Amino acid sequence: MRVKGFARELKKGSAELLILSLLEQRARHGYEISKLIEQRSEGVLQFNVASFYPLLYRLEERGFIEGRWVEKAGQRRRRYYRVTAEGRAVLKEHRSAWANFVGAVNRITGEEHA
Amino acid sequence: MPEWKREIREALAGAKLETDAAREEAVVEELEQDLAERYEELVRNGAAEQDARRMLSEELRDARFLAGLRPPLERRQEPAVPGLGRQERFLAGLSRDVRLGARLLRKNPVFALVAILSLTLGIGANTAIFELLDAVLLRTLPVAAPEQLAEVRVNHAGRIGSTVARQQDFSSAQWKEVETQQQGFSEIAAWSTQGFNLGRGGEARYAKGLWVSGDFFQVLRLQPELGRLLTKSDDYKGCGVEGAVISDGFWQREFGGRADAIGKTLSLNGQPFQVIGVTPASFSGLEAGFNFDVAVPLCSEPTVQGDQSWTAGATTWWLAVIGRLKPGWTAERAAVQLNAVAPGIFAATLPAEYDAAAREKYLKFTFRVLPAGTGVSELRASYAAPLFVLLGISGLVLLIACANLANLMLARASAREREMALRVTLGASRGRLIQQMLVESLLLSAIGAAGGAVLAQALSRLLIGFISSEDNPIFLPLSADWRVLLFTTALGVLTCLLCGIAPALQAARSDPGYAMKGGGRGSTAGRRGLALRRGLVVSQVALSLVLLVAALLFVQTFRNLVSVNAGLQQDGVLVADFDFSPLKMPVGRRPEYKRELLARVRAVPGVDDAAEAINVPMTGNSWNRFIDIPEKGVHRRIIDFNTVSDQFFRTLEVPLLAGRDFEESDTPNSPRVAIVNERFAQEILGGSNPIGVTFRVTRGKPEERVYQIVGLVGNTKYRDVREDFQPIIFLAESQDAEPDPDSTFVVRSGESAASLIGALKEMAERTSPEIVLNFGVLRTSVLRGLARERLMATLSGFYGGLAATLAMVGLYGIVSFMVVRRRNEIGIRMAMGAGRTRILRMILREGMVLLGAGLVIGVILVLAAGNAARAMLFGVKANDAASLGLGVGALAVAAVCASLIPAARATGVQPVEVLRED
Repeated sequence: MRVKGFARELKKGSAELLILSLLEQRARHGYEISKLIEQRSEGVLQFNVASFYPLLYRLEERGFIEGRWVEKAGQRRRRYYRVTAEGRAVLKEHRSAWANFVGAVNRITGEEHA
Repeated sequence: MPEWKREIREALAGAKLETDAAREEAVVEELEQDLAERYEELVRNGAAEQDARRMLSEELRDARFLAGLRPPLERRQEPAVPGLGRQERFLAGLSRDVRLGARLLRKNPVFALVAILSLTLGIGANTAIFELLDAVLLRTLPVAAPEQLAEVRVNHAGRIGSTVARQQDFSSAQWKEVETQQQGFSEIAAWSTQGFNLGRGGEARYAKGLWVSGDFFQVLRLQPELGRLLTKSDDYKGCGVEGAVISDGFWQREFGGRADAIGKTLSLNGQPFQVIGVTPASFSGLEAGFNFDVAVPLCSEPTVQGDQSWTAGATTWWLAVIGRLKPGWTAERAAVQLNAVAPGIFAATLPAEYDAAAREKYLKFTFRVLPAGTGVSELRASYAAPLFVLLGISGLVLLIACANLANLMLARASAREREMALRVTLGASRGRLIQQMLVESLLLSAIGAAGGAVLAQALSRLLIGFISSEDNPIFLPLSADWRVLLFTTALGVLTCLLCGIAPALQAARSDPGYAMKGGGRGSTAGRRGLALRRGLVVSQVALSLVLLVAALLFVQTFRNLVSVNAGLQQDGVLVADFDFSPLKMPVGRRPEYKRELLARVRAVPGVDDAAEAINVPMTGNSWNRFIDIPEKGVHRRIIDFNTVSDQFFRTLEVPLLAGRDFEESDTPNSPRVAIVNERFAQEILGGSNPIGVTFRVTRGKPEERVYQIVGLVGNTKYRDVREDFQPIIFLAESQDAEPDPDSTFVVRSGESAASLIGALKEMAERTSPEIVLNFGVLRTSVLRGLARERLMATLSGFYGGLAATLAMVGLYGIVSFMVVRRRNEIGIRMAMGAGRTRILRMILREGMVLLGAGLVIGVILVLAAGNAARAMLFGVKANDAASLGLGVGALAVAAVCASLIPAARATGVQPVEVLRED
């Protein structure tokens, strides 16, 4: 139980970084983003509708990403999200902060195991 | 497949989100797609349909989900400031901004008035000049397919002969050859202009006449408004006097627009023409700047002009040729075809009186063909450059006005910094703030542009009045066409951006934290804006120096031309033209009659002196011939000639330096005599005494006349005041055995022009009521010749003054602002014992630094821009040190005054009050 709680906190803390990273290269729709997180983390990280969309909308509301309806021939329109300039800056900060954090944690936890 | 949409809606309804319907619908649609895909995936992976559905439904009802949705969805629904919501696009809340802008302008009527007035003036001045440029240079003729029209011109270097009309390319013989040998035009026509006297005797009343060949109206594809237009069948050799076509304007003016004008008789130079038709109102002639009243066939010219006919003259260049290119033909191709037949055309029309050298040149003439869709115009040549320079000058004035406005708005933006910071704090985006500031300046420039467009209508008519004169009226159909509208609109947008962008960017940089702080002192945004404002003032000073110097140069040019020593007395001289051709007097009787007329003019009470002259100096006319003086080695020198009566030099107060004036005893039968000017003696005779020297004039082929120089007079200007003194030979009017039936007198008198004209009219009436009279005042005619310079001097002077004033207002504004900003500092300095002089110096230094920087840049600009105006200056160099010095001095004095006022205010700061305010 305690471990599960810790994982949830980790997931919450990194969720923004994950979404921004996935949108860095190209625009994607919501389902695609959550699927990619699941696939690339090999199932470790999963988002359901309830946890994912509030997060997505908050990112949009803060101006880090922007969504827009895109229609493709023969398909229903979907809402695609892309990173804004501001979002890119935030991503860069998050990324280095994350690397620092992980590095620091590894240095400590790694030493303990050595 | 479950009904996800309904489920999502229910879930959201339960949460009672306060958001707008559109946003909620979008969320529903997006979630529905996601849920559908997840559902399918679960089922695909082996979950039971019911389980999958229940799992997902539970997620929707998850309290964390609804709580998490609330902040992002609800916050955007009622933004504190319009445009906060990200889905609100560019220009959102525009009407709100416009209303806010209008309210702010109403609240600051002085600011609004200054801003709108300066923009109206600036845009109006620019539009007026552009409208003129448009009418002179850009507008196409109001005829069908104007792009097919082309004019044929002759390349005629070294041509000898006479020009008698504004059209100066073809003789009648040349035109006939071109008409038959050309292939590139489906229709081609020749035309010329002449004033026709509508009256019979007394003071002449002129109609602007067009001589046109038969196809003229077919070339233009014009349809008559009434009656019919002239055709080929009206233009045949020996047609005498038949029909005339009148313009719509003339029809309205002379016939009140009545249909029974057709068939009425018009007297043109005493010949009865019948009105056969009226041209459409849109057509005012081929020349930009000149309209026409009446058009008559070329074939009538010999009858109307009698023995002075231009048609017969092999060396009279009086026609212009215009044609409509055949489909597939270009102007270049037509020129190639014409030049292929050119040797034949010029050989067939070779003037018999030419000598070998003149023949050789004549046979080498060629043709060129130019597009004529915009008509043809001399105005273009003389006014294109001044108009472009004026457009440049007025553009700079507008730029300075914009800088001032930008400065004012920056000051206001600084004052509104807290408002902007508050908006940012409340969530307004930067783009939104920029939009709001730009809308404010757009409002100003839209009003300014509208006012400017109206003002331009009046201004452009005023400008035409400037370059127009009684004997040379300029007719330009001014109307705001799409080019003018586009120009004004572009100016409006440009000014909006120029005035608005800096304050808008400053507003966008507002620091939200600033709104929280209490004081309004020493903010960083203010400092940034201040640097910008100082830059604006520096550029204003620099630009206004350029305009001031330009104004000084043009004013000096005009003054130089007016006060130039023309070598003769211009004041109190009346020019009176007596045309006695209606008397149909035999040539042999004319010399006697002219002598008699001159004697009568001299006898008119109040006349001090009077004389006759073929060319009145400085009125643009000219006449030249080749002369030979074998013993001095002078061969085929081309010299300006004039023919004058005795006392001509006395009348115009030209000094007789040696020898004698013409005398009664100089008759057609006595040895031919001439008087030359000083310049002739220097340049042609190498400074030796000219008296007694003989020269030969090659006139026609068989005729070679020998003249002996009997007098030497001072230099006088010949064609116009701008030229340098040239060698001139004066011949004796009394030796001309076959003069024209026309005498032009120069009359010097102390009487007013009006009373003198009255007396002369009375005298003419007594002599013969049929004499046609024309009067002019020499000074006025000369001044009219300077219309261009007067226009440049007046307008550039006005603009220069305006620019300097605007720049000084800008400087005053910035120094005042600095005083306000540094009030605390000044108070503290004074409290610490700094004297008033020291404070004064400190503030003045601020203004002087800006002035100095502006002047340095301005001087560089003046030196760089000098070339543009060089050709329009007279008696003053483009980099004239005195003008530059005067401009710098004037700006410096004005700048000291402009900064002294706020500086003086600074010394009035009470330290105690300032310190207490803290």
